[in-house]
Amino acid sequence: MAYEIKSPIPGIFYRKPSPDSDPYVEVGSKVETSTVICLIEVMKTFHEVKAGAPGTIASIEADDEEMVDAGQVIATLETDDNGN
Amino acid sequence: MGVRVVKPGMATTIQDIGRPGYYRVGIPPSGSLDQYSSLAANLLVGNDDAAAVLECTYLGPQLHFEAPTVVAVTGANLPPLLNGEGRPTWESFAVAEGDVLSFDYLEGGARAYIAVSGGFDVPQVLGSRSTYTLGSMGGVEGRVLAEGDWIDTGDTEGATPGRVVPGSLRTEHPKHREIRVMMGLFDHRLTPSGRQTFLGTEWRLTPVADRTGFRYQGAELEFEERDPPFGAGSDPSNIVDAPYPIGSIQVPGGIEPIVLHRDAVSGGGYVMVATVIGADMDLVGQSAPNNTTRFIEVDLDTALEARHDRFKRIEELRMAVAS
Repeated sequence: MAYEIKSPIPGIFYRKPSPDSDPYVEVGSKVETSTVICLIEVMKTFHEVKAGAPGTIASIEADDEEMVDAGQVIATLETDDNGN
Repeated sequence: MGVRVVKPGMATTIQDIGRPGYYRVGIPPSGSLDQYSSLAANLLVGNDDAAAVLECTYLGPQLHFEAPTVVAVTGANLPPLLNGEGRPTWESFAVAEGDVLSFDYLEGGARAYIAVSGGFDVPQVLGSRSTYTLGSMGGVEGRVLAEGDWIDTGDTEGATPGRVVPGSLRTEHPKHREIRVMMGLFDHRLTPSGRQTFLGTEWRLTPVADRTGFRYQGAELEFEERDPPFGAGSDPSNIVDAPYPIGSIQVPGGIEPIVLHRDAVSGGGYVMVATVIGADMDLVGQSAPNNTTRFIEVDLDTALEARHDRFKRIEELRMAVAS
């Protein structure tokens, strides 16, 4: 089942925990409910956004360092139907 | 009576009409950045103007009510959910013991206000319950709400659900705003071209904007050449330290104008090219990252007329909610 991961807050979308790190996830990455998929920066603080469901990342809908709105879809997930 | 904070949201603080009178010693007025919406929330639940509300920035909290009461949410379009079911904004609604208030995603504006009948009751500091986080003062231990906090609420006498602010008296949240300013005190430091750029640019709010200041991007302002006077920094945007009015717009480095709001620092060495008129400070407070703003120059008479219109609108609000 397709599942949309939305940004809870407006801010700057970062795919990596730091400029020199690898991205948190890529298309095809397996994630758990609590897997961090990106950071959103607002009011000089960074907020982790978690997958919210277990599954496989199907698409990433925002560009690195792009400004996103609250409620904007930032990635989609193909959820595990059998819960694995 | 009171509420338990299940999830704090983001930068949720207790605010009220503010703490005026201490800016001269460096303590800013604080209080709700959108005073009109904050007042509307209080009126809807039968509170005095000075009752404390929750100001929720971008993301709503999750609150567990341990006694029945009446609640209203105004300001930003942050859809309330009671036990997961939608509730209206700008309208008071009943909450039962054990109910959980949460919120959907922000749909417009930046700051929602939650009023509860009797007000959120924390100790007053210098005559106000407003939180000033930089000074660790007011609110809950001088900080933003945290998971597990308990906040007492006052007496619910006089509260009725179903009170409504009519559509014409609700704040709208366009993505572009026109904010009126009076030029000065240091606009003489701009070249004619710098002045034109300031008033002609569509400025975009940056994500660093917070209760202290709203920082915008969009252009670079040109300043007049000058030899820095004694005490001023060498950058053309520097001045000899001066007091910063709330609403004043400083432009460090000639880029990124910052509108100071109710948690501002009281003075410093950056040129202030203009000041937002009092009547438009609520609008600034509802600006969200990526929203655009154009600064419109007005004269003192227009600013005073705008203030008069704002008072008139507040009187209309009182009448509408009371009837």
